[in-house]
Amino acid sequence: MKYAFSFLAVIALILIAWLGSQIPGMEYLFGVAIPYLAILVFLGGFVYRVMQWAKSPVPFPIQTTCGQGKSLDFIKRDKLDCPNTNSEVIARMFLEIFAFRSLFRNTKSELHEGPKITYESSKWLWLFALIFHYSFLVIVLRHMRLFTNPVPGWIQAIELGDAMLQIGAPTLYLTNIGLVLGVVLLFGRRLTNPHVRFISLVNDYFPLVLILGIAITGILMRYFLRTDIDIVNIKALLVGLATLQPVISAEIGAIFYIHIFLVSVLLAYFPFSKLMHLGGVFMSPTRNMKNNTRAVRHINPWNDPNIKPHSYAGYEDEFREYMVDAGIPVEKELPPKKDEA
Amino acid sequence: MAVVKLEQLSKSVVQGPSLSTGAIPTKDWMDTPAVFKPGNFAYQAKVEKVEYLDSQKDLSFPNAREWSPDEDDWKLPEDWKEIILQGLKERLDKFRSLKIFMDCCVRCGACADKCHFFLGTGDPKNMPVMRAELLRSVYRNDFTLAGKIMGKMAGAREMTVGVLKEWFMYSYQCTECRRCSVFCPYGIDTAEVTMMLRELLHLVGVGINWILEPASNSNRTGNHMGLQPHTFKDNVDFLAEDVENLTGVKINHSFNRKGAEVLFITPSADVFAEPGLYTAMGYLALFEEIGLDYTWSTYASEGGNFGLFTNNELMKKLNAKMYAEAKRLGVKYIIGGECGHMWRVLHQYMDTMNGPADFLEVPKSSITGTVFDNAASTKMIHISEFTADLIRHNKLKFDPSRNDHVKATYHDSCNPARAMGLMDEPRYILDHVVNNWVEMPENTIREQTFCCGSGTGLNTDEIMELRMRAGLPRANAVKHVIDKHDVNMLSCVCAIDRATLTSLMDYWNPGCGVCGVSELVGNALVMKGENRQELTEGLRTLV
Ligand code: SF4
Ligand code: SF4
Repeated sequence: MKYAFSFLAVIALILIAWLGSQIPGMEYLFGVAIPYLAILVFLGGFVYRVMQWAKSPVPFPIQTTCGQGKSLDFIKRDKLDCPNTNSEVIARMFLEIFAFRSLFRNTKSELHEGPKITYESSKWLWLFALIFHYSFLVIVLRHMRLFTNPVPGWIQAIELGDAMLQIGAPTLYLTNIGLVLGVVLLFGRRLTNPHVRFISLVNDYFPLVLILGIAITGILMRYFLRTDIDIVNIKALLVGLATLQPVISAEIGAIFYIHIFLVSVLLAYFPFSKLMHLGGVFMSPTRNMKNNTRAVRHINPWNDPNIKPHSYAGYEDEFREYMVDAGIPVEKELPPKKDEA
Repeated sequence: MAVVKLEQLSKSVVQGPSLSTGAIPTKDWMDTPAVFKPGNFAYQAKVEKVEYLDSQKDLSFPNAREWSPDEDDWKLPEDWKEIILQGLKERLDKFRSLKIFMDCCVRCGACADKCHFFLGTGDPKNMPVMRAELLRSVYRNDFTLAGKIMGKMAGAREMTVGVLKEWFMYSYQCTECRRCSVFCPYGIDTAEVTMMLRELLHLVGVGINWILEPASNSNRTGNHMGLQPHTFKDNVDFLAEDVENLTGVKINHSFNRKGAEVLFITPSADVFAEPGLYTAMGYLALFEEIGLDYTWSTYASEGGNFGLFTNNELMKKLNAKMYAEAKRLGVKYIIGGECGHMWRVLHQYMDTMNGPADFLEVPKSSITGTVFDNAASTKMIHISEFTADLIRHNKLKFDPSRNDHVKATYHDSCNPARAMGLMDEPRYILDHVVNNWVEMPENTIREQTFCCGSGTGLNTDEIMELRMRAGLPRANAVKHVIDKHDVNMLSCVCAIDRATLTSLMDYWNPGCGVCGVSELVGNALVMKGENRQELTEGLRTLV
């Protein structure tokens, strides 16, 4: 149901863009106004969300240690999984962000008669996620060529690498396959893995379907509907967008408007969704803190200095007699007993 | 509570219709209410315990009353919903972790089958991600734009009494072990979420006795067991006598002694019940052998901190005794005994909450001269660090064959492993004091270790079946090395473990004992001037 709804939603978006862009005069809405608005929402929203996070302090050092910490010099420590210095934290974060290291650890558990539980390494999620994210990243970078004139060398280099296989004309980009494959695999996993299916929300299916829509419209444009679009005008429009002088000089083709509309929706949706994990992964205290907390004091801005222990004096007052009897030293002696006086 | 028979539970775990055995629930989780019946919940806190805590300066434990989870009416305060939502807002402002964990989960499911509660019960709401969704859904509804506009479609739901009951059920089926956090690509730590849930529940007077009673004991008498000073002293004296009887070496120990070099604090369970008692005997023998100038305290007689399982204020208040007592006695530094959650507090919270301990000195072993820079600020070191250093400097003489009745394995307690990084010190010690010890399978040790299943104050008898289920992954790994290597002793550095793993072994792996690493140290220690009897079971030998 939830995934069906996501498809419906994306189909509706496609129809809106398709029909809308056909209405004379609406090109500017779909080609200029909405993209600008989406970018504003994306940037503004992203910054706002990150600032909202940053506003809350990190009161306690809650690093999750995944290896031996620094202690005695003859105990070999794990610098990566139990970082003690800034550079070690950076190394840990780098591998987390660029190699999805925690997912690499993933295991699958199974219950057998006995009972017996087994754990097997399971790297599918790691693999799917890598395919998806890296394809996405390269595609985003490649698209920068459309906004730049002249196209910088590094973008050309990326394109060259991506077109490595030299198949077809226009040459096939590996990442185009990668992105579609990644989405399909992640989506398929959501449907077939019972755990994941159970926890999935519309919020999880929708972005996948949306990205699939973007990928397919992009691929159609590049490989199949080339004659329907005017690439020169598209480039002119996009460079215009980037330089804040957008012009739409001629008919561009509906497929382009659909593509750019879906991208706009993704951008605007981004800051208000789980996609913010892009920012959050950098700020997660369990991963980005040093495990040096007994050596260097961490400060909690809202630590309440007025919270005091139940006082020793109060404790001794309650138990003094017993303490004296048992020969435990006390601060205040017992009052002399009346009958002895 | 009678515990279900082993055969029955063994079957039920594997064949019962549950998400972990492949049966997919047909109902959406939001439409499945929590149902309380005897055996699936820990008892509510007693009125007088809640009242006592609430009467303490700096603490707030409102709404003390007679109630029970399996009754319909929980007698919540009239404005309970505002209290909860306000409490959530405050915590979002105070904890970045909470905000990030609420916002960033992508429901990838990597954490799903990492939780021992899920593995043992198959209850989908025991998947860490689900546990967090219980709160996240309310967060979405009241604190996010998407949730406000799209409602249920965006995974949001309104806070209701049913939701509150669900929170209670599942925040007390989580031992805050952090195993899920190891596997999450964003490090989302469901233990943090559980802590927040428990804090929120206390705001409306929902808590369990097995936590609040020890916590109030600890506040008043200095320790969870409620041992008054003379009793605490008696217990330790008794153990010292035992050591003397067994080894022929007289133990010199002291209490509340000013001017000692070291204050020693360990969980009171170590001086209260088997098998912790033997660990405490190990400490006594060790300190005697090296002539450490140390004192016990009856005021700060608890290493553990059940405040950690309630709220920040109580945790801080209970913990504050340690530094207060160290200051009063004028010691130079503190050594802490073997305990898991105790070390979570000492390693990640104490200095921040109650430091700086500038009246203490950076710990320096007077025997080896080693300076413990890793505790330069807290001034508190772990007994395993201390012992490993002694061994490294050849200050101890061992006869490991004295442990030959033992074939050991080692259980990493959750907190030392995942909230401290103390993994190899105990192993280093084991290498020197026992001839025979083996590791459990790699997915069940070190940072991937499985909880005993009864941590965070869930070590209570009325939920025994739940505990045995939750402990199954651990027990199963032990069984593996029992079958393969004839292991007969599960060693650990945690006082809660010593109690809970004992029940767990008795149930799943009868015949396998549980001990502290310091007990094995005491067993193997060749003491100066000893006149040792034939101790076939080490410090446990009855003479
Ligand atoms: S592993 Fe992390 S991101 Fe994935 S479902 Fe669990 S908590 Fe969410
Ligand atoms: S902290 Fe431990 S008990 Fe709690 S959800 Fe995570 S794995 Fe389960």
